[in-house]
Amino acid sequence: MSVLFALLYYTAAAVFAAGLAYKIHRYATVPAPLKIPTTPAPLTRTGVAFRLAREVGLFESLFRADKLLWALAVLFHLGLLLVALRHLRYVVEPLWFWIVWVQPFGVYGGLAMLAGLTGLLVRRFVIPRIRYITGPSDILMLLLLLGIGVSGFAMSAVARTDIVAVKQFFLGLMVADIRPLPADGFLLLHLFLVAVLAIVFPFSKLLHAPGVFFSPTRNQVDDARERRHVAAWARPLDQQR
Amino acid sequence: MAANYTIPALTEDPDLRETPELTPGAMGHLKPFVAAPAHQEALGFPGTLVDGWEEKAVARLGELLGKYRSLQVYLDACVKCGACTDKCHYFLGTGDPKNMPVARQDLLRSVYRRHFTPMGKMFPRLVGAKELDRAMLDDWYSYYHQCSQCRRCSVFCPYGIDTAEISMAARDIMDHIGLGQKYCNEIIGKVHKIGNNLGLPEPALADTLEGLEEDVKDDTGHDVRFPLDVEGADVLLVTPSADFFAEPHVDGLIGYAKVFHQAGVSWTLSSHASEAANFAMFIGSYEQMHIIANRIRQAAIDLKVKRIVFGECGHAWRVAYSFLNTLAGPWDFLDPKYPVPQHILEFTRDLIRNGGIRLDREANTGMTLTFHDSCNVARASRMGDFEGGQFVIPREVIKASVPKFVDMHPDTIHDKTFCCGGGGGLLTDDLIELRVKGAQPRVSALKQVVEREGVTHMAAICAICKSQFTKVLPSYGLDMEMVVSVHQLVSKAIRLGGND
Ligand code: SF4
Ligand code: SF4
Repeated sequence: MSVLFALLYYTAAAVFAAGLAYKIHRYATVPAPLKIPTTPAPLTRTGVAFRLAREVGLFESLFRADKLLWALAVLFHLGLLLVALRHLRYVVEPLWFWIVWVQPFGVYGGLAMLAGLTGLLVRRFVIPRIRYITGPSDILMLLLLLGIGVSGFAMSAVARTDIVAVKQFFLGLMVADIRPLPADGFLLLHLFLVAVLAIVFPFSKLLHAPGVFFSPTRNQVDDARERRHVAAWARPLDQQR
Repeated sequence: MAANYTIPALTEDPDLRETPELTPGAMGHLKPFVAAPAHQEALGFPGTLVDGWEEKAVARLGELLGKYRSLQVYLDACVKCGACTDKCHYFLGTGDPKNMPVARQDLLRSVYRRHFTPMGKMFPRLVGAKELDRAMLDDWYSYYHQCSQCRRCSVFCPYGIDTAEISMAARDIMDHIGLGQKYCNEIIGKVHKIGNNLGLPEPALADTLEGLEEDVKDDTGHDVRFPLDVEGADVLLVTPSADFFAEPHVDGLIGYAKVFHQAGVSWTLSSHASEAANFAMFIGSYEQMHIIANRIRQAAIDLKVKRIVFGECGHAWRVAYSFLNTLAGPWDFLDPKYPVPQHILEFTRDLIRNGGIRLDREANTGMTLTFHDSCNVARASRMGDFEGGQFVIPREVIKASVPKFVDMHPDTIHDKTFCCGGGGGLLTDDLIELRVKGAQPRVSALKQVVEREGVTHMAAICAICKSQFTKVLPSYGLDMEMVVSVHQLVSKAIRLGGND
């Protein structure tokens, strides 16, 4: 079982990294041939950095669009962030002081994440507009994340797992040494679902995470009158005139 | 003519705007006229639907994915959160779920997923991947011609996904397989052949302008000129051809002329570039847009002008402000003291501020104005040298020209403005049902200020908006003559004389 999970995690890490690198490379190299920021847009690069920071950190546009959705999205993402920070303790040795400090918040984070996800799921069924645009993969994605959250909590609430051993397993993976993984049902389920999440990441709507940084309507400076913006493929047209 | 469709009820209180019931297929019957082979071939597109269009369309999509980052990122990034679903005026006016921005995108996205993503190839049903078949193509043709590319959805999407980019790409693909839209493609052909959208040849234009000079002379006693093809003028004015005769557009043109006259700035129109509009943007064709934009460059070189000013037009200002430098620059042969191009409102506002012209509000006594922010000006360009100048500057000029100004509901102005319902290449009679229904959100907000604030007129700075409102306002019981050009107000208010 330990070998199986070691292989699974090596595969997941490889697929995640390679898939994401491919996508990011693609987003970065396909040109944006015209200036299309949604205006009013910042007039400077610094301004754009702030705009993106507000978009990523505060979900600014979403806030303007739909307050309930914004609240659920914040609950989920902020919760996920805290949980992720809490989980650093499984891969860092010795622990940095702030990882210790963040531990209790991680638990609240987990609850927030579950609450947010549940809200997002309910929304997909009760609002007709949202039900219309929801496909099977949208539901599955929420269920996957809920599964990860619930199995995670089950490890502490239902059947306690030897987390020291879990940590040894992951530290081992990092030095190519396969150490024993406790054979607990919830743990294995939890780890399996996380690996699935990592594998589907580069092939799913989770690409919104890198995508937002490459969105021309958000990341372009409003300086079209000052600067030309000719894409390589458009340059030959200039010669024809 | 009685309408054979229902005109939607206006929203009484836009604060409590309710989203309409979903009515699947409500607008599936509506398709604009298909371009004739002659219209298609004039632009280098196949005349009729080509053999093997299914593969050719997918191949063209592949090409576009490599040319437009927006398309590539937006087809991937959508999480189906639905934040955009109640933001489109066409959805609000029709209730057709395929007019929700994300659903509109999904028509193309499902084909993208089927052909360009591993998940879509392996598990098409799971991720909503679909083949491009005849039914899908019909949906594309219907619903990508029910998007005015107004970008309201992109304001609210957490990733800035702009459905306009998607619908431009879809129209480009359809053009490339021989399924173009008559209205846009015929007009682009006219611009190539004659120089403007209306197909107004040089002698007719010269005549019209002469007539205007006489009218203004009769009206004011002043010799206000409307110069055409004058070499060595300071300013080249590029304006939508509707300004040459349609009401209320032409009153705006008279306003520009009076401003130039009073400021003592020499200017000229060009018969070579007698059109500000660039419909190639609507069909997503960079190549066509490039050709049309470079007419202006040529005219500026030939007429040896120092600066370029654009008249009141929405999408034209987007192409001018956001794309002209890229498409037709660099402008190193023009006077570097001025931005290239300038908007006529920037020009007029500077004159108001530095006392170059004087306006008399009393001339417009009895008018209470509101202002319709045109989508392409509001969300796709700017005026002035500060963020949001496109909202401030027109209002400043209006307020200097009329006694009273009132804004419409805050959710319907500035970058949240609702499209007039006729933008994006949809200003054609074969789409009148869509145009009337799509105007519902804007007209609701207008009616509110008419009833509560006594608004008498709505100013617009876009030829398409003006034509659209003139046409659809009567359906909602409002007077078509309440739509005015901003420079029509200036024209009334400006004090002429002292420099003849
Ligand atoms: S708001 Fe953006 S991410 Fe959300 S459904 Fe609409 S297009 Fe997709
Ligand atoms: S661009 Fe405008 S018309 Fe098109 S889908 Fe978005 S909101 Fe609707």
